[in-house]
Amino acid sequence: MSEAAVMHAVVEPQESPLTPESWGKLGMWLFLAGDAMSFGCLIVGYGILRHASSSWPVPKDVLGINLTAFMTFLLIVSSVWMVLALAAIQENNKPKFNKFLGLVILGGLMFLGCQAYEWTHLLTHRLPEAGISFSNNLFATTFFILTGFHGMHVTGGVIYNSCVLAAVNRGRYEAKHVEIAGLYWHFVDLVWILIFTFVYLI
Amino acid sequence: MTSTAHSTSAYIKVFYVLLVLTIVEVAIVYLGLPRMLFVALLVIFAVWKASLVAMHFMHLKFEKRTLAVVALTPFVLCVFLILMLMPDIFPH
Repeated sequence: MSEAAVMHAVVEPQESPLTPESWGKLGMWLFLAGDAMSFGCLIVGYGILRHASSSWPVPKDVLGINLTAFMTFLLIVSSVWMVLALAAIQENNKPKFNKFLGLVILGGLMFLGCQAYEWTHLLTHRLPEAGISFSNNLFATTFFILTGFHGMHVTGGVIYNSCVLAAVNRGRYEAKHVEIAGLYWHFVDLVWILIFTFVYLI
Repeated sequence: MTSTAHSTSAYIKVFYVLLVLTIVEVAIVYLGLPRMLFVALLVIFAVWKASLVAMHFMHLKFEKRTLAVVALTPFVLCVFLILMLMPDIFPH
């Protein structure tokens, strides 16, 4: 094993080569790069539409940012739980792993609950009160597309993490699979940080 | 064992930094700064937070360079996208 490592070091001193063990991680990164492009296009499109509009409401006044700040906090905390879950499975501590990945899934579900409440409240109270209609207003359209696209990613992440939790407990998945699921979950957190700033704060 | 414990505490430290940055961001919104300064500050904070997540939680800091190249590609493409759309944003 160490001899092989030495051989690789001679052939390629800068960087270890891709091995079948790292294909999954590379695959997830490639998917995330494509996904980042989807979010990037939506955010750039949002910026251009906002720039070109003669009037744009102050997001803070229409949307409110206290609940959303809490949602940001939820995702950041669940990212840390994901890190702790990975550390637990790397130490082969399954009870600890189950606890933390369970918390990650719970955090995702709470985020979705907050978002469902927020959307309902916006559609029934805040938007009508601000005189904004859902169907023919760029502010509302870009808001629902961006947060909705992200919410779908959170939903996917909750399902994905639940599958990983089940697969690890049946002995089919190991630490490396958890790490790949973690990459996806942290990416969802990263995108929310950007959306929180660009859509809610600015 | 000790190395895992050490890295876990490092992650907790990153978490606190993210938390403080988020609180500062929300505080900036309530401060009522001039528009340009306000936008510039928030963009800096957002990119700072996003890169913290990518570097530490997604381990980009400790990964192969191939993955860093993959991760940087969408940002390069987004800058390109903005440049290509410049004539639409600022028509003359």
